[in-house]
Amino acid sequence: MEFLHQFASGLALGGIYAIMALALVMIYQATQLVNFAQGEMAMFSTYLAWQMIDSGQPYWLAFIVTVLISFVGGMGIERIVVRPFAKAPILASVIVFIGLSFIFNALAGWLYGYSIQSFDTPFNGRPWFGNVYMSAHESGSVLVTFVVLALVYAFFRFTPLGLALRASAQNPVSARLVGVRVGWMLAMGWGLAAAIGAVAGMMAAPIVYLDPNMMGGILLYAFAGAVLGGIDNPWGAVVGGFVVGVMENIVGAYLVGAEVKLSVALVIIIGVLVVKPSGLFGRRIVARV
Amino acid sequence: MTAILETLGLKAFYGPVQALHGVDFVVEEGGVTALLGANGAGKTTVLRAISMMIRREGEVRFRGAPMSARATEDVARLGVAHVPDGRGTFTDLTVDENLRLGAYTRKDRQAVKADFERVFSYFPRIAERRHQQAGTLSGGEQQMLAISRALLLRPSLLLLDEPSFGLAPLIVAEIFRILREINKRDGVSLLIVEQNANLALDLADRAYLIETGEVVIGGAAQTIRDDDSVRRAYLGY
Repeated sequence: MEFLHQFASGLALGGIYAIMALALVMIYQATQLVNFAQGEMAMFSTYLAWQMIDSGQPYWLAFIVTVLISFVGGMGIERIVVRPFAKAPILASVIVFIGLSFIFNALAGWLYGYSIQSFDTPFNGRPWFGNVYMSAHESGSVLVTFVVLALVYAFFRFTPLGLALRASAQNPVSARLVGVRVGWMLAMGWGLAAAIGAVAGMMAAPIVYLDPNMMGGILLYAFAGAVLGGIDNPWGAVVGGFVVGVMENIVGAYLVGAEVKLSVALVIIIGVLVVKPSGLFGRRIVARV
Repeated sequence: MTAILETLGLKAFYGPVQALHGVDFVVEEGGVTALLGANGAGKTTVLRAISMMIRREGEVRFRGAPMSARATEDVARLGVAHVPDGRGTFTDLTVDENLRLGAYTRKDRQAVKADFERVFSYFPRIAERRHQQAGTLSGGEQQMLAISRALLLRPSLLLLDEPSFGLAPLIVAEIFRILREINKRDGVSLLIVEQNANLALDLADRAYLIETGEVVIGGAAQTIRDDDSVRRAYLGY
């Protein structure tokens, strides 16, 4: 009973890690770079939603507007901040991402303060499907996760734009030769990553509460999930996110206690990199030297 | 005859290194031009310069006016399809997805459908493998796929980079037969880069010999083929 409870709320958290991991992978696939600012971007989006809800807007309106703003904002960040470093060494881009994360963190602190805020959940009352192992928010959050995953899947699988995005990530030279505007596809990848990151932030905030550092731990777990599933495989990363969420809860409850459970993520990252660097579903890259 | 593509003093650069030193040639409307030459002569570079994959100088005239493209994507959108060396297959996508990408810029759905059928009639093997992952195709099939993908752009000019490379003679013969048909029946002009001079001269009406980034000799394919000294010195047969 207690175990099932831990398992179920692990799934809810895991869903949040899964969509953050998907956001990381989306950018990684197109650029071979990990966006360390993904978490802070999501946090900032969540503050936007909070501000709208606080000013009396209905939750779902705020939700949708936040996702749209995040999409446009993500595209803008790619075009203005990331693009100039496209041909720079990897380290330069990494520094840019770290700088971005500081900027968003400080901006949120400056605009909204560093005190912890509670964040509404649209899921009230009894948990859905009469299940007793999850809170109403947790079950709603799992549902939102699956809707996001289904939408992302449908977009990439069934639309010409999704196909062009996949083609640009895989073989940008050939994509250009068939007329795909690869530069815009990169920007769109950033927009999508920012948008789904915003969803993760809004689902996480009622659980971890809203403050400028709320996404730090979540990004770490999401990264662990992405590494576990294979950072070049979106669906592997999603599975990894869920696994990490469940593991974190169960290991935290039965083995190490809540205080050190963040280190579970680090153990997973190091363990995977030592034992199977390509992750569970990733592709091994063999370089000819 | 009018020229669909004409270059005047085409220069190209890989970073600071100049690879073409002023290349002039013509592709006639509805014609076939072959660029011949040894490895490293700059044939592939000419195609890359036309598609703006590398920095270029000099004039490229398309349909009688300076080509108005600013990037590779724009060149494709003008109706210049490029079958690159190495074939440029999207290996993780299915054959069908590769083909759909070929038609990515087009809005005329009915015509695209008809072009799919036409491409399948040229390459029945591509139709058979439609739902297979493109990376699992053989070299010859990937070359056919690359040509099919380029045709789905409905180009007026097709740039082909060594379509015979690494393929068995029978498959090469098949591909060149179809290229001739694409040129004759569909009226697509071809600019073809080849090391196999015999094969290319058979198909072409104009030919240019390129050596170290410059045109050594150019003109009617027939003339080049019949010139014994040129043949012995450059084409080696």
